[in-house]
Amino acid sequence: MVTDTLGLVMKAFIVIGAVMTMAGYAVLLERKVAARVQGRPGPNRTQIPILGSIPVIGTFLTRLGVFQPAADGLKFLFKEDPLPGHVNKFYYVLAPMVAFIPAMLTMTVLPFGAVTDPVTGATSPIVLADLDIGILFILAVSSLGVYGIILGGWSSNSKYPFLGGVRASAQMISYEIALGLSILPVFLWFGGTLNLFNVVEGQSQVWTALVQPVSALIFLIALFAETNRLPFDMPESETDLVAGYNTEYGAFKFGLFFVGEYTHIIIGSGVFVVLFLGGWTLPFITLPAGMVGAVLSVLIFLAKVFCIVFFFMWVRWTLPRFRYDQVMNLGWNKLLPLAIGNLVFYAIVIAVIEQLN
Amino acid sequence: MATKVVERKPLSLAERSYLPQIVSGLRVTMKNMFKPPVTLEYPDERPDIPPGYRGVPTLVKDPDGREKCVSCQLCEFVCPPKAIRIIPGEIPEDAETAHVEKAPEEFEINMLRCIYCGLCQEVCPEEAIFLQDIFSVTGTSREELVFKKDKLYALGGTLPDSHFKWEKKKSAELTGNPHH
Repeated sequence: MVTDTLGLVMKAFIVIGAVMTMAGYAVLLERKVAARVQGRPGPNRTQIPILGSIPVIGTFLTRLGVFQPAADGLKFLFKEDPLPGHVNKFYYVLAPMVAFIPAMLTMTVLPFGAVTDPVTGATSPIVLADLDIGILFILAVSSLGVYGIILGGWSSNSKYPFLGGVRASAQMISYEIALGLSILPVFLWFGGTLNLFNVVEGQSQVWTALVQPVSALIFLIALFAETNRLPFDMPESETDLVAGYNTEYGAFKFGLFFVGEYTHIIIGSGVFVVLFLGGWTLPFITLPAGMVGAVLSVLIFLAKVFCIVFFFMWVRWTLPRFRYDQVMNLGWNKLLPLAIGNLVFYAIVIAVIEQLN
Repeated sequence: MATKVVERKPLSLAERSYLPQIVSGLRVTMKNMFKPPVTLEYPDERPDIPPGYRGVPTLVKDPDGREKCVSCQLCEFVCPPKAIRIIPGEIPEDAETAHVEKAPEEFEINMLRCIYCGLCQEVCPEEAIFLQDIFSVTGTSREELVFKKDKLYALGGTLPDSHFKWEKKKSAELTGNPHH
């Protein structure tokens, strides 16, 4: 019992460490993609004393900006942590944690690989907690993240964060509905299961994105809105709201918001990969049983997540921000009816298929 | 004023969904990602200075290493912000080039006053002062930014020169020359 718990804690630490590292490097990827799109080289100066001075590799890694996330993280840690006089101190300090914790929590139920027992041939997911209602947990917890933004906006007691917080809450609520409705057909398709592992196993031949492209599209758009990414970064919109909800934040508190945002993107990409892109499976390829297969499955999953995260960055540096009323219009007048129509259509299709069988 | 109402065609369904436009935008940015960066990483890479660039004024020497300036003080007189100070002097008796021309005993250009107009270069009859390609001047004190003779020669170096004035003068002195 004790060793079980210890093992779980170890696993949790490994996963948290991995996701935090990925969040750090997602920032680097963002900066690199931004730079490349704009014809710049991007971060290429940061060096670590010994590692950076290895003749060829050190220079290459420095040019790649590999040491940049460490510098950024340390900067957040060592900066003075100001507490403005005009804020509500309790909520002001609470907000970054509320934004950060749900982002980290959602990954507990996200399966990121599968291990096949070489003896029995039974497949089990690599996941921290294999919940039968995994997707409900993810939806419920990730929508808590908006509280951090709203709290940050309100407690800052200043115009721009307040506007950012208000926008965030309205946007999150609008797109959550489309998000939830868009994934219902997926679970109908896989026989009503809400377990993410079963969804992925059901996609071993054909990805859901090919069967239900509209669902995938709506989910992707709603995901952009939920993670506050451009073109939906209303809460932050630095051109009209300075920095939105985190205008009054600095140092480590801002860092928490920042990392939470990128963790959200990574987890969101993970959910998209699990639901629509076949998770850790590849069509027509059966992974070997045992440890090798397990490692391969995790790598496949990470590669797919990387592609989606890259897509997030790519879109950000391509599209301009929507106007606020356009965001609301798109959410309520376009995506919501489309999601409902999509759900009804697939419900009928699935019912017909079941009748025929 | 007569106004003309431009007829706007209603958008097609594809246009209203934005998606084809987004895809074409994504294609543009993806193409950009594979282009080489246009950034000049300044302190490591220097920009190409075009010919005729007016950088820091410098004093140059002729190919034989003699100073070309004869301290005629034309540049001092023409300098609009009065940045140049010259104290004329003789070339020492024991020098190889003695008795031929004068040379500046002290030559100062106050870089805090210089406006890089290039009039000194234009007016110089000896082609001794040139505005070359140095474009960043820094210093930690005012005194440091008053460039002295040795600094000006160090910055200027030697420029190719086909006049060989000194040789002509020397030979004229030895053998006689109708013009002198």
